[in-house]
Amino acid sequence: MNPAPNDPEPPAHTPPLELQRAQEDRLRRAWQKPAGWRYWSAVNNTEVGVWYTATAFLFFLFGGVLALLIRIQLAVPDNDFLSADRYNQVFTVHGSVMMFLFAIPVFESIAVIFLPQMLGARDLPFPRLSAFGYWCFVLGGIFLCGSILFDAAPRGGWFMYPPLTSKYQPGVGADMWLLGFSFIEIAAIAAAVELIVGTLKCRPPGMRINLIPLYCWYVLVAAAMVLFAFPPLIAGSMLLELERAFHWPFFDPVRGGDPLLWQHLFWLFGHPEVYIIFLPSIAIIAMIVPTFAQRPIVGYGWIVLAAVGTGFLSFGLWVHHMFTTGLPGISLALFSAASEAVAIPTGVQIFCFIATIAAGRMVRSVPMLYTLGGLATFILGGLTGVMVALASFDFQAHDTFFVVAHLHYVLIGGSVFPIIAGCYYFFPLLNGKKLSDRLGRIAFWLLLAGFNLTFLPMHFTGLRGMPRRVFTYPAGMGFDLLNLVSTIGAFLLGAGVAIVAWDIIRPKKRQPLVPRNPWRAGTLEWLPAMPPESWGVRSIPEIDSRYPLWEQPNFVRDVDEGRFYLPDAEEGKRETLVTSVIDATPTQCLRLPGPSFVPALAAVSLGGFFILGTFYLWIPALVSLVIAIGVIWRWLWNGTAVIPEKPEKEIGLGLTLPLYRSGPESVGWWAVVITMLAVFVAFVSLVFAYFFYWTIHDDFPPAGSQGGPGVFWPCLAATLLLAAWALTLLARRANRRDRAGVFSLAIIGAALLALAGGAAILAGPWLTGLDPTSHVYPAIVWLLALWTALHAATGVLFHAYCFARRAAGRMTARHDIDIQNAVAFWHFVILTAVITVAVIAGFPLVK
Amino acid sequence: MMKSLSENRESLWRLIVSPSVWALHFLASYVTAAIWCAKFAPASGSIAPVRWLIAAYTVAALLAIGWNGWNGYRRHRLGAAELPHDADTPEDRHRFLGFATALLAGLSAIAVIFAAMAVVYFQDCR
Repeated sequence: MNPAPNDPEPPAHTPPLELQRAQEDRLRRAWQKPAGWRYWSAVNNTEVGVWYTATAFLFFLFGGVLALLIRIQLAVPDNDFLSADRYNQVFTVHGSVMMFLFAIPVFESIAVIFLPQMLGARDLPFPRLSAFGYWCFVLGGIFLCGSILFDAAPRGGWFMYPPLTSKYQPGVGADMWLLGFSFIEIAAIAAAVELIVGTLKCRPPGMRINLIPLYCWYVLVAAAMVLFAFPPLIAGSMLLELERAFHWPFFDPVRGGDPLLWQHLFWLFGHPEVYIIFLPSIAIIAMIVPTFAQRPIVGYGWIVLAAVGTGFLSFGLWVHHMFTTGLPGISLALFSAASEAVAIPTGVQIFCFIATIAAGRMVRSVPMLYTLGGLATFILGGLTGVMVALASFDFQAHDTFFVVAHLHYVLIGGSVFPIIAGCYYFFPLLNGKKLSDRLGRIAFWLLLAGFNLTFLPMHFTGLRGMPRRVFTYPAGMGFDLLNLVSTIGAFLLGAGVAIVAWDIIRPKKRQPLVPRNPWRAGTLEWLPAMPPESWGVRSIPEIDSRYPLWEQPNFVRDVDEGRFYLPDAEEGKRETLVTSVIDATPTQCLRLPGPSFVPALAAVSLGGFFILGTFYLWIPALVSLVIAIGVIWRWLWNGTAVIPEKPEKEIGLGLTLPLYRSGPESVGWWAVVITMLAVFVAFVSLVFAYFFYWTIHDDFPPAGSQGGPGVFWPCLAATLLLAAWALTLLARRANRRDRAGVFSLAIIGAALLALAGGAAILAGPWLTGLDPTSHVYPAIVWLLALWTALHAATGVLFHAYCFARRAAGRMTARHDIDIQNAVAFWHFVILTAVITVAVIAGFPLVK
Repeated sequence: MMKSLSENRESLWRLIVSPSVWALHFLASYVTAAIWCAKFAPASGSIAPVRWLIAAYTVAALLAIGWNGWNGYRRHRLGAAELPHDADTPEDRHRFLGFATALLAGLSAIAVIFAAMAVVYFQDCR
């Protein structure tokens, strides 16, 4: 450690005791949990994060019970415990729940709890967004899980391949999957935005980019991956739902579609998703290992390489799920090469952990036990991964139990074990109590033995030729004993999980509090006194080291006595610091919103749209969507871009920071840009679909009457939207110069032009008589046009909002967050519009 | 020297230049091969033009990655400092970002070479 010479240091004298107590009282009041039934209006990370994690864990238990049903059915040949149809529902819901309702949400929920603590922040920058994400997740999750009780669950496997799911499954099951998970993915993207902005902009002063905890690197990478991986699935789900509900033939070969497109879009999500699950879990290990080796991590830079490198390479693997679809050998070889290359960064981080353990003096503990068990299991899964990454081997193993064994080794070793390690490690931070060492050990051995007993034999079941997803098998094919062993193992595994669950929920009233920092860790999340207060950190410290608790003298005392930043809440408001991306130089004191039911209301009304849509109740669904827009409008109106009562505030150590910043300096602007980036990726997926159809057809766009939307209307639309965009920019300028008249004219003009532009883009396919149900070409043209029109319409909402804000005095020349964000949004609108027009009007010309 | 180490001159984007080049190389190779085999060649047709194109992409990608990696390595070697670059100074932050850039360049180069090896072995669209 080597503090920068001009860093501000905490004052040498102790602040008066009365002052400290008064500050603590004010902080406590500002961060108080709402009481009674209002408790559910809480938005603070310590509440929302815990609900989120607990709910994800409940879904995990539900998925686990389904797994046991699968194993009972397969225990003996020709079993009739489950019917074929019921079995299809059970394995589909098992896979979907584990992936979408456990693995991804639990990464985000754990990060929501601990990221602010590791960053010495009082909360993440958008607490209400986290709460909104949570309520979306609960609603969507219950909807999906509930379906199996009514015999209405999806049956297509967790990857829902058409045409099975488009032509042969008439019930609402597939619709539930498509709409329910699209809804939950919105929640996942919301959380990703929160985590990215949190990591980049809400670090404690002095925590330069070379000092941030490794967990934050991993979370940053995984959250960025969510932005690029989820939108293709949302786009794919939209295509499949349009086919199911409105007969647009995206996957129907008779009318020019192609089921293979679904596989591309699904796995473009599905493979990175495996790493989105894995990286944040291994991140927990990266925090546990240094603590129990009692030394800094070995190879910090190498681990950053591993996290970032895996994040990229994992996007070059998707076709390895499609090795048997008849793509050219050269394509398979490219993906096989990337699949082998990704083993390099994955291995690097494991060597770093082993080196850290070897270089330190390992303290034996339950979290460490799970860590080592998880790494060993994961390595086995990684090795079979290298095997199936070879196309020639995969041809043999594809769709057999070998793959089932492989993926469970990877996911349980790489994710479930580390998460349980994290439970045992982080639990004291929730309520000051430890989980039981004894129960932890018993559960560990049950889990490890049960897991291997279940899944090791599956390699052989698979190599002997047993396909996955069959509901039964005849006796005497060499599967009998192996399956029985797997079933016995599954119950041991289940017993282990039950013990962990009991350890978490058992009453701990009489158990003593643990001492502060019970594991003698070095990072900031271990600062709180036990039990922790809901304010998070008493004063926000100046950081000089990767392990401040080990290396900065008097650190805990200085934090506790409020010698660092923001030790007080003078105005009774919730506040945290915003800092710069590279060096974490403080730039703003950010006011955070308090408890509110609005996020939950927004989630319920938006959920209404998706859930009613599942049953094709389009009118009520649209009403629900309008209500959602109204609720979100109100949320933004009262809760965001609030003009502070004074421009600046003294935050301690002689530092004065502004309370309001706009444009790229504000966290809200970042959130808009990052969210729109995800939306843009979904749009790119649709453009990809257009060109995918071009490659598979000799005649695309087809000649003749289905010739296309023409050139005139699309070009008119692009011109109108460009003008609307330019007027939006002008409105921002007029607002900054405080010219109310020009501002009003510009913003009203922009809105009118945008409406006209949206109408013009639809006029193209409309007036040329394109029928989206006749062939895939009109369908994809219509979809691109609709997508653009929807952007324009949303852009008009932004215009209306800014107009109203200025009229109400909530936006001024200096306080211009709203119009800045509207401009950021409009950059994406115009990009989308120009690309759409180039594709639907321009491409038929060059063809 | 301090001025050149100002936070404003540093960027996280430089860290991901090399992996982005890998991604472009990968995508370009895949798209070239896919379009050639779908549109221009029968299943057993030769992919000679594809092989030449991918060879050209590979040279371009390796040059770009090499430049980015060398740049990173030079930043890592700034002054007389050793790993782990964990001091709270602009110099160590600068060295750390350089080091991570160089490592990522190395990994990206390996991944590009892996991908390029595919065209060494494949001669037609089967």
